[in-house]
Amino acid sequence: MSPDLLKLIFGRLGLESLPLHEPIVVGTFVVVALGGAALLGALTYFRLWGYLWREWFTTVDHKRIGIMYMILGIVMLLRGFADALMMRGQQMLAFNGSEGYLNAHHYDQIFTAHGVIMIFFVAMPLVTGLMNYVVPLQIGARDVSFPFLNNFSFWMTVGGAVLVMASLFIGEFARTGWLAYPPLSNIGYSPDVGVDYYIWALQVAGVGTTLSGINLICTIVKLRCPGMTMMKMPVFTWTSLCTNVLIVASFPVLTVVLALLSLDRYVGTNFFTNDFGGSPMMYVNLIWIWGHPEVYILVLPAFGIFSEVTSTFSGKRLFGYTSMVYATVVITILSYLVWLHHFFTMGSGASVNSFFGITTMIISIPTGAKMFNWLFTMYRGRIRYELPMMWTIAFMLTFVIGGMTGVLLAVPPADFVLHNSLFLIAHFHNVIIGGVVFGAFAGINYWFPKAFGFKLDPFWGKMSFWFWVTGFYLAFMPLYVLGLMGVTRRLRVFDDPSLQIWFVIAAIGAVFVFIGILAMLMQFAVSLLKREQLKDVTGDPWDARTLEWATSSPPPDYNFAFTPVVHDNDAWWDMKRRGYQRPLTGFKPIHMPSSTGTGIILAGFATAMGFALVWYMWWLAALSFIAMLAVGIGHTFNYHRDFDIPADDVIRTEDARTKLLAGAK
Amino acid sequence: MTAAVHPSQTGEPVFYLADEHPHPEGWSTSLGFWIYLMSDCLIFAILFATYGVLGGNYAAGPAPKDLFDLTLVAVNTSMLLLSSITYGFAMLTMQQNKVAQTQAWLAITGLFGAAFIGIELFEFAHMIHEGATPQRSAFLSAFFTLVGTHGLHVTCGLIWLVTLMVQVGKFGLIEANRRRLMCLSMFWHFLDVVWIGVFTFVYLLGVLR
Repeated sequence: MSPDLLKLIFGRLGLESLPLHEPIVVGTFVVVALGGAALLGALTYFRLWGYLWREWFTTVDHKRIGIMYMILGIVMLLRGFADALMMRGQQMLAFNGSEGYLNAHHYDQIFTAHGVIMIFFVAMPLVTGLMNYVVPLQIGARDVSFPFLNNFSFWMTVGGAVLVMASLFIGEFARTGWLAYPPLSNIGYSPDVGVDYYIWALQVAGVGTTLSGINLICTIVKLRCPGMTMMKMPVFTWTSLCTNVLIVASFPVLTVVLALLSLDRYVGTNFFTNDFGGSPMMYVNLIWIWGHPEVYILVLPAFGIFSEVTSTFSGKRLFGYTSMVYATVVITILSYLVWLHHFFTMGSGASVNSFFGITTMIISIPTGAKMFNWLFTMYRGRIRYELPMMWTIAFMLTFVIGGMTGVLLAVPPADFVLHNSLFLIAHFHNVIIGGVVFGAFAGINYWFPKAFGFKLDPFWGKMSFWFWVTGFYLAFMPLYVLGLMGVTRRLRVFDDPSLQIWFVIAAIGAVFVFIGILAMLMQFAVSLLKREQLKDVTGDPWDARTLEWATSSPPPDYNFAFTPVVHDNDAWWDMKRRGYQRPLTGFKPIHMPSSTGTGIILAGFATAMGFALVWYMWWLAALSFIAMLAVGIGHTFNYHRDFDIPADDVIRTEDARTKLLAGAK
Repeated sequence: MTAAVHPSQTGEPVFYLADEHPHPEGWSTSLGFWIYLMSDCLIFAILFATYGVLGGNYAAGPAPKDLFDLTLVAVNTSMLLLSSITYGFAMLTMQQNKVAQTQAWLAITGLFGAAFIGIELFEFAHMIHEGATPQRSAFLSAFFTLVGTHGLHVTCGLIWLVTLMVQVGKFGLIEANRRRLMCLSMFWHFLDVVWIGVFTFVYLLGVLR
C-alpha cells in the first residue's frame, strides 16, 4: 500500500511506534499478553461471558458498579506500584557513574504514569467505588438517582484506564510529570503521542467522574429515607456529599485546561506557548485550581470512613458530630483558596504568597478538629482492634506527620528551599498513602462483609497492614531527609555517593509495601477459600451503627424490602436499642431500574475516539463520534427503563434471610 | 418526605414504611440538570477567565477594534434573544397541552438558533479571511475558544431540539417529554445568559478598549 493510504488509515501509528527496542516493555507485554490470554480463555472455557455481560457489565445496580470500581482500582494499583518499584530500583542503583537500568526516555514515562495512574485510576476508583456502594445503603435508598448514568460513568473511567494501559505497548506515555506543564507538554517539546494519550485518557475518565459527582449529589439530596435530615446523615455520607460537590465544581476546570492544551497541540493556538502572547503560567494556575480540590476529593471520603470505623469499633457515638460536619464543609470551601501554594516560586510577590500561605495553614484547623474528634470518640470507648480500626490508628499517626510537614511547606520562605524537592514528595505521599490509601483499606476491610457476606481473613490482613505501614515509613522518611539535603524530584542519576544509603533504605521500604500488597491479594484469596468459616449471616458483623448494616449481607438487589424510617444519627444503633422487629409480611412489588448495555457501548466509542485522536486517525475519530451521538440519541427513544420486582421474589428473598437469621441464633 | 415520620397508633416507634410509594419518575432530574448546568457554567467561567488574562495579548496582531463589527453582533444577539422568547412560548403552549403549537414554536426557536450559528460562522470566516486566525495571537486563541464553545453548545442544543421534536411528534407531550423540554429550556436560557456575558465583556468592552 502506498504511504499516503497507510497514513490516511493509521495516522502516525506505524510498526516503529511499537516499543520493540525496550526489552523491559517487551517483557512486560509478553507477561500481560499471556496472562490476558489465559484470563480470556478461562472466561470463554467456563462460558462466563454471558453472565458477566448480563449481571455485571450492563448492570445499573450501584452495589455491583461499586464493586467494579474497586476491582479497577486494585488492578491499576498493581500497575502503578510496578512503576514505583522500578523508580526506587533505578534511584538506588544510579550512583558512582552507573546509569541504572532505565534510560531517560523510559524513566520519564514511568514517573509520569505512576502519578497519573495512582491519582486518577487507583485513588479515584477506590474512593468512588466505596461511595457508590455505601452511600445509597447508608441513606436507605434503593439505588442512585441516575442508575444508567452511573454505569456509563464507570465505563468512562475504565476507558481512560484502557488508554493509559494502551500507551505502554502502543507508542509511549507522556514524559512531562503527572500534570504535564507546558511549555514542555506543548507540541514543540513533546511532539510524540505521550501527552496526547495523557490528555485523552484524562478527558474520557473526567467525563465519567463529573457525571458520577452529579449523580451522587442528587442521590444524597433527593433520595434520603424519611426522617434522615441533613444533620442526621452518617458522616461518611456527609463527606461524600462534600467530595461530590468538589468534583462537580473542579473537574470542569480540568476539562477546560486539557482542552486548551489540546488546542495548542492540535490546532496551533497560543494559550500556553512562549510566544504570540501565550502564558504557560496560566496553565499551572488553572490546573492547580482543579488539582488542589482534587486532593480533598480523595481525602474527605477517607475521613468519613475513619469516622464510621472509629465510632463503630469504639462502641460509641461519634464525638462532635456537628463539628465534624462543619469541619468537612469548611475544608470543602477552603480547598479552593489555596491552589497557589503549589507554586510559590512562580514569583507572584510577597502579598500573594502570604495570602495563600495563610489560607493553607488555616486548613489545618478543621482537620485538627477532626483528629481530636476521633481521639475523643476513642476516649473511654471499648475499642476493638479489628483491621479497620488498625488502619484508622495507622492513619491518625501517619496523617498527623504528613499534615505537619504540609504546614511547614505552607510557609513561603521554607517552600522556596523545599520546592520540588523529595521533601515535597515525602509530604504528599505521607498524606495520600496515610490518608486516602489507609482509608480505602479501612473501608475495604470494614464493608467487605457487607458486600460479600463474609469477613476478610484477619491473619493476612494483619500481615498486609504491618508490611504496608513499616514499608511506608521506610520508603518515605528517607525522602524527607534527602529533600532537606536539597535533592530534587524526578532525578534519574546521582553524583553524590553519600546519598545512596537513603535511596537503598527507601527501596527496601518499597519492597515491604510490595509484600503488603501481595499479602492483601493473599488475604482476598484466603478469605474466598475460607468463606464458610468467615461467614456472617446477621448482616451486622461489627455491631455497627448506620443503616447499611440493617439489611442482609450481601444486600438484595432492592437494598431494603421496606424503606427505613430514621429517628437518630446512628439509625441502626437506635433501631437495635429500641427493639426493632424485622418485618416478615406485607411485601410488595419493588420498582427498580433495568440493566442496559448503552453505557459500555458509549464508553467504548469514546475510548476509540480518544485512541484515534492520539494517533491522528481522523476517520476513526469522526466515525466513533458519530456512533456515540447515534447510540446516545437512540437511547433516549427508550422510554421503558424500569421494571417491578414481583412481590413473590421479594417474599422468597426475605424468607431465605429469615431462615438464615433463625439458624444463626 | 417527612410526613410519614410519626409514631404509630400504639406509640411504638416506626422504623419502616409499610405502605411505600416509589419516587415519581424524574424525581431528581431537574436538580441533576441544574447541577450539570452549573458545572457547564464553570467551563465558561474558566474560558472567560482565560480571555480576561490573555485577551489583551495581541502579539502585534489585530485588536478587537479592528475586528468586531458591532452591528453584526447586535443582529446575532437579537437572534439568540428572540429564540429564548420563542422557546418560552413553546413552554407556555406545552403547559396547555397543544402539541402542534408547541412544535411550531420549537421549530421557530430552532430557526433562530440556526440563524445565530450561521451569522457566527460568517463572522468567524470573515475574521480568518482577514488573517485573524486562532493561531495569530493569544487574544484570538482565547476569543475563538470562548465564542466557539458557546456556539458549539448552541449546536448541541439544536441537535437536542430536533431530537425532542421527533419524540414529541412520535409520543406526544407525555410526562417524560415535558421533562425533557423543561431541561432543554433551562439549557437554552442558560446559553442566552452566557451570551450576554460574551456580548458585554468580549464585544462591547473589546471595542471600548
